[in-house]
Amino acid sequence: MKRLLTLSVAALALGATPLAAQDIAITGATLASGDGSAPVENATVVVRGGRVVAAGTGVAVPGGVPVVDGEGMWVTPGLFASITNLGLVDVGAVSESNDVDADESPFHAALDVSPAVNPQSQEVGYSRAGGVTRASVSPGAGSAIFAGQGAVIDLGADFDAVRQRRAFQVVEMGERGAALAGGSRTAVHAMVRTALMEAEAYSADGWDDDGMLTRPDAAALAEVVSGRQKLYVTVHRAADILSVLALREEFPQLDLVLVGVTEGWMVADRIAASGVPVIAAALIDLPSSFERLGATQSNVGRMVDAGVTVAIGGYEQGGDYPQGLPQQAGNLVALERVPGATGLSWGEAFAAITSIPARVAGYENSNVLVPGAIGDVVLWDGDPLELSSAPIRVWIDGVEQPLENHQTRLRDRYRTLERGDLPPAYRR
Amino acid sequence: MGRLFSKGGPAAAFASLSALALAGCTTTSDSGGSAQSAASAADSWEAPADPYPSTYQRYPGVPTAVVGATIYDGAGGMIENGVVLFAEGEVVAIGDASLAIPEGYTRIDGTGRYVTPGIIDIHSHLGDYPTPSVQAHSDGNEATSPTTPEVWAEHSVWPQDPGFSRALANGGVTSLQILPGSANLMGGRSVTLKNVYSRTVQGMKFPGAPYSMKMACGENPKRVYGGRGRAPSTRMGNMAVNRDTWLDAQAWMERDDPPRDLAMETLAGVLAGDITIQNHCYRADEMAQVLDMAEEFGYRVAAFHHAVESYKIADLLREHDVCSAVWADWYGFKMEAYDAIPENAAMIHNAGACVVIHSDDENGIQRLNQEAAKAQADGRRMGIIIPDAEVISWITLNAARAMGIDSMTGSLEPGKMADIVLWNGDPLSIYSRPERVWIDGALMFDMHNPNLRPVSDFELGQPGEGDVK
Repeated sequence: MKRLLTLSVAALALGATPLAAQDIAITGATLASGDGSAPVENATVVVRGGRVVAAGTGVAVPGGVPVVDGEGMWVTPGLFASITNLGLVDVGAVSESNDVDADESPFHAALDVSPAVNPQSQEVGYSRAGGVTRASVSPGAGSAIFAGQGAVIDLGADFDAVRQRRAFQVVEMGERGAALAGGSRTAVHAMVRTALMEAEAYSADGWDDDGMLTRPDAAALAEVVSGRQKLYVTVHRAADILSVLALREEFPQLDLVLVGVTEGWMVADRIAASGVPVIAAALIDLPSSFERLGATQSNVGRMVDAGVTVAIGGYEQGGDYPQGLPQQAGNLVALERVPGATGLSWGEAFAAITSIPARVAGYENSNVLVPGAIGDVVLWDGDPLELSSAPIRVWIDGVEQPLENHQTRLRDRYRTLERGDLPPAYRR
Repeated sequence: MGRLFSKGGPAAAFASLSALALAGCTTTSDSGGSAQSAASAADSWEAPADPYPSTYQRYPGVPTAVVGATIYDGAGGMIENGVVLFAEGEVVAIGDASLAIPEGYTRIDGTGRYVTPGIIDIHSHLGDYPTPSVQAHSDGNEATSPTTPEVWAEHSVWPQDPGFSRALANGGVTSLQILPGSANLMGGRSVTLKNVYSRTVQGMKFPGAPYSMKMACGENPKRVYGGRGRAPSTRMGNMAVNRDTWLDAQAWMERDDPPRDLAMETLAGVLAGDITIQNHCYRADEMAQVLDMAEEFGYRVAAFHHAVESYKIADLLREHDVCSAVWADWYGFKMEAYDAIPENAAMIHNAGACVVIHSDDENGIQRLNQEAAKAQADGRRMGIIIPDAEVISWITLNAARAMGIDSMTGSLEPGKMADIVLWNGDPLSIYSRPERVWIDGALMFDMHNPNLRPVSDFELGQPGEGDVK
């Protein structure tokens, strides 16, 4: 029993003592730097001390740095997955393994995902094997419009996942918010305004225990109303988007991020003028509710063309996983050849799953291969947006990561169905 | 132990006991539960005439030659720089560049493009769970009894579902099977549709397509009914309720002049071999149980759907000639999906068993080609090399075969329906989309022509009406 435990958890237990970053140079690969530029061939990337020191063509490899031959491969920054449930869930429908929603908690805005994040959840490993190196982790709104506070994590195989606690607050302000607030959008707006005013009062020592909020929720929202913490607002309908943007007339310090934004293309100029960034799923194209009647896959491209900062993110369709980000992005490149559609260039699409979501989360020098950036590097066996491609090697902060997990072990166990001397349960 | 009861002498005694225990449901039965007696009962039973017949009629087309494209024929064949001819709704010929183009054919330049048969989704809920996904549209699960073989999916299908247009324009889907949901052990009859909008569902029904019946293993039925304090609440309960229901059907079939009974007519159709089973079933061990149950009562499972663990028993599935209808890489959302792996499809194929890529999803149905491509690549990385042309069969001919329409569509054979997609690039690439889609030889989608982009009634006058979506 002891031996079994030791062996089977070896890969994931790696980081109990974090490995040191290794210097590394990848040469001869096609470089997609994630900054919006087009890929360049025959490039070199050098990482030292966990940071990118050089990326491009004509880069000399410093002496003593181990070289990986990247010929025929692609080298990119890690992917950044926004508003995930990574580390909060083992099996979605097994409620005791699912920490996303806290339906019966007396607290709402005060909830904080940081202490609940489990870096050993299989989904973290699957996403890492898919090239995702960093993510924002969001709570779900269980019984109130304020879902609580999300975190930014890295996906390294260690226990030191949370890079930023309480990175953002999450609030539902569309149909779902209406249902949670009392049955109408009017209730959502009354609740948001009341909550933010009480938070202001809390900050000003004018707290009154007879208010709507509990004291911990008011304390949490004090960070939001002051603009010290970002407020992620889920909203889809064009008119609702404008109502959310208008909140800043009353609460000018709000640091808003719009999430979902299915009908954003219809008010793209107004969003662009507001300077508020957007996190949107790429492929929503059905009127799945009355707040999404204008859904189209051209939404992201049209918003980008209007000058909106858009990160691709959101995992609400069946089969959407963080490691599926390249498929979302690649589809937007495909749209460039569909008459009447608006997609993204390859460079724009790749930036929308790397540097842009990192920036929206508050990280300027992350998930991008430029000198000084965090040393998250992925080596792929082909064009990372293409369906046939996958990561071969992944480094986070310059530390090479294990890519084994429950799925790869099952694959290897059942590689053959021939009857052996012992049952498959002995094969590992 | 299980096999002892299902195959040997004790089977009869066991089955009779079971039947007697069914208070009020059956009167007398010593049918014995063997395949043999089911077959003899089937001989004396006649299906009622088709009461909701298809009124689908193909739309006009012109004799067309697609020239210069790479052709995947759906049956595993590939022709580079090929020619596809179709006229009068049917495929006339396919061949290489030397194939003569008869006079009067409209030439379509396929240079740099690819041709496949129309994509077929074996598992869709378009129309019975249409968008907008409001409660008033929730028509996919008659979740009031664990066995509802009496319901027919076609009676739920809303032919104005906007999803049909997305499946056509983005997915190249020309035929699809609409299934009841999986709340019930026996969910009811499926309906196979042509992906052509109509005012009525009859106007979409695929002429001559056989019915299937949806069944479901595992977590859903036991959760839905166990949660209400009634059977089944366990996996053994699932099996018991199923077996009792089959015994009822056998008894009904043996009656001299059985009264009309919608549930029994469907079940009898299954036992008579006219209706195949589409069985939602995730876990390998449960699929193996179902295969024994099918043998016990003498019916055929055409495909296991959501069969995320097929890779564990691919040999068994090959021996039983059962298809696995699978996603490329969905996993983990429920306990019975915990062992899903992305190499599943390739490993099933590699074992010589039948693979179908399905969607079960109004979004996934728009990207079956992409899902197939991912599954192919995951196989390649473990050393299983599957040619592109065979991968295309996962979303065309294999689906048609498991739906019983393979003599009519699913591959580009002369005489088959001219259900054809011209892609603007390799359909296994992320960068490709359907450029034109013909159904029965009629051009039903053209990415260059906004007038050939269907708009459901629901979307008229709404934001984005007629947008590219």
